[in-house]
Amino acid sequence: MADVVGWLIDPYAFTFMQRALLVLAIISVVSGVVGTFVVHKGLAFSGDALAHATLAGVAIAFVSGLNVSLGALGAAVFTALGIAWTRDRARVSYDTAIGILFVAMFSIGVLVLSTRQSYTPDLFSFVFGDILGISRPDIVGAAVLGFAVLLFLAAFSRELLFVAYDPAMARTTGVPTRFFEYAMVVVVGVAVVVALKAIGIILVNAMLIIPPASASLLVTRLPRIMLLSIAFALTSSVVGMHLSFHLGVAASPAIVIVACAIFLCAVAVNRRRGAVPSGELVAS
Amino acid sequence: MTPTLGATRNGGTAADAASADAGERMGEPISALHVPAREPLAPEHPHDEYALVVRDLAAGYPGHPPAIDGINLRVPRGELVGLIGPNGAGKSTLFKAILGLIKPIRGEVLAFGQPIARAREQIAYMPQIEEVDWDFPVSVLDVVLMGRYQRFRPFARWTRADRDAAMTALDRVQLTPYAARQVGQLSGGQRRRVLTARAIARGARLLLLDEPFAGLDAAVQHDLIEILDQLARDGTAILVATHDLSCVANSCDEAICLNGRVIAQGPSAEVLTAEVLTETFQRHLLSVPRQDTVRIVADELAAGGRRDLLGGGDGG
Repeated sequence: MADVVGWLIDPYAFTFMQRALLVLAIISVVSGVVGTFVVHKGLAFSGDALAHATLAGVAIAFVSGLNVSLGALGAAVFTALGIAWTRDRARVSYDTAIGILFVAMFSIGVLVLSTRQSYTPDLFSFVFGDILGISRPDIVGAAVLGFAVLLFLAAFSRELLFVAYDPAMARTTGVPTRFFEYAMVVVVGVAVVVALKAIGIILVNAMLIIPPASASLLVTRLPRIMLLSIAFALTSSVVGMHLSFHLGVAASPAIVIVACAIFLCAVAVNRRRGAVPSGELVAS
Repeated sequence: MTPTLGATRNGGTAADAASADAGERMGEPISALHVPAREPLAPEHPHDEYALVVRDLAAGYPGHPPAIDGINLRVPRGELVGLIGPNGAGKSTLFKAILGLIKPIRGEVLAFGQPIARAREQIAYMPQIEEVDWDFPVSVLDVVLMGRYQRFRPFARWTRADRDAAMTALDRVQLTPYAARQVGQLSGGQRRRVLTARAIARGARLLLLDEPFAGLDAAVQHDLIEILDQLARDGTAILVATHDLSCVANSCDEAICLNGRVIAQGPSAEVLTAEVLTETFQRHLLSVPRQDTVRIVADELAAGGRRDLLGGGDGG
């Protein structure tokens, strides 16, 4: 028994583990909420594109000596607006256009980095994630961005639901639908940046997709999907981090693997219950 | 062919008439000076009779010729009006242009005597069923509550009154037991009823329904028409785009035949003649009166074999 408690508590004797837990909690809440929209509005590919596109911002900021996280944020917002514009009025198909946009941004990132001869560990922490290297300013940055995103979603929850469900009637009613369609992609971009430093460009999209996808297999109402996503994301984070600590493996892939395991369990539960989640059925 | 004003069912309630009167007054301040505040449906104001007036409307998509042109039509209060035309006739374009979802090339649209942007609270729109995201995780009640949306206000929450109105509307379409269900779990007929309930919860006096009967079987279609009929009797003007001719012939007070332009408009029984339908659909259709209903037969063979019945039009 003491072993188990020790297994759970011992890691947090280290400051870097406390910081890691804190930033993962912030990431879990933000990506649980934003990810629900990502999964249900078909934005998964956009999320991946936004993550990869941040490399351009990270690289340019790094080379010119600016704040790397701000560079990532700038690139994410810029790319989000590009994606939203593409959805709105481009003449190529949506996923083709995003495919082009994000490899362009990623290429700019790699190109800029190739001008540097020396090894750049700071940058590689963005690519692969560096949970144990999270600093106090990183936590503050994630908290501020996360709070801004949640505040926006709370302020306009009615409008966002309306636009997501029936944009035509929403516009007829006077909702500025185009604003919200752009804003939603920007929100996804900001959520990506919140998790970027800890999880890394390559795996960050997993945090947005896997927990809400798992939750959606078990419950059907939006608020419940969000709450369950947050719970799943937190569980994956904590279990993954402990596995990483005790087994000496990289943290962010461990977290993603645990999230995938939860997803498989959700699939199994969903299949056992049949197609319709029974908890949601009302007497009729 | 102009619509017959006398066909209006019961008109609206006194309150509707008064509020519409007030609306009309804003649009036309000069005539307002002569009218007592509570006078319902004053005959010297023909506009009051109409929930929707469209004048010389043209609209389409950039880079293409206008999909609809020279559209003039009127939807009287308290009437169920069928808008019929073949696929590609411009029915959806017309709706979108009326609602301002696409910018008209020219023309004027008035709802209750006012520009459409100022009459939004009185209008509800039901887009084609596939334009709505049925997989999005919202409940039936959430959807009906959307009808209560009035204006852009951050951090606003639904009030008790909103919820009561939504539940009353659900009751009216007999979906109360489904309030907590995810909308994706509903059948085709139930989905139309949810969207109808949303329009009812809004208190809309003008409904624009784009293909509400598509994919419904006869019994379910009948239930929906009954709900719409009841709404019309309560004074709501309803414009229904459909290519179900029998439905328009049997259930709508008036019909508007559209194919890029308005081919005919008026009481269903008068409008739905073989000549008009042939011109609208660009092929021969037979309308066969049977007792008190009209059956439309779309049969190339029948049309070809009995050309004499159709007055010898050219083969479609």
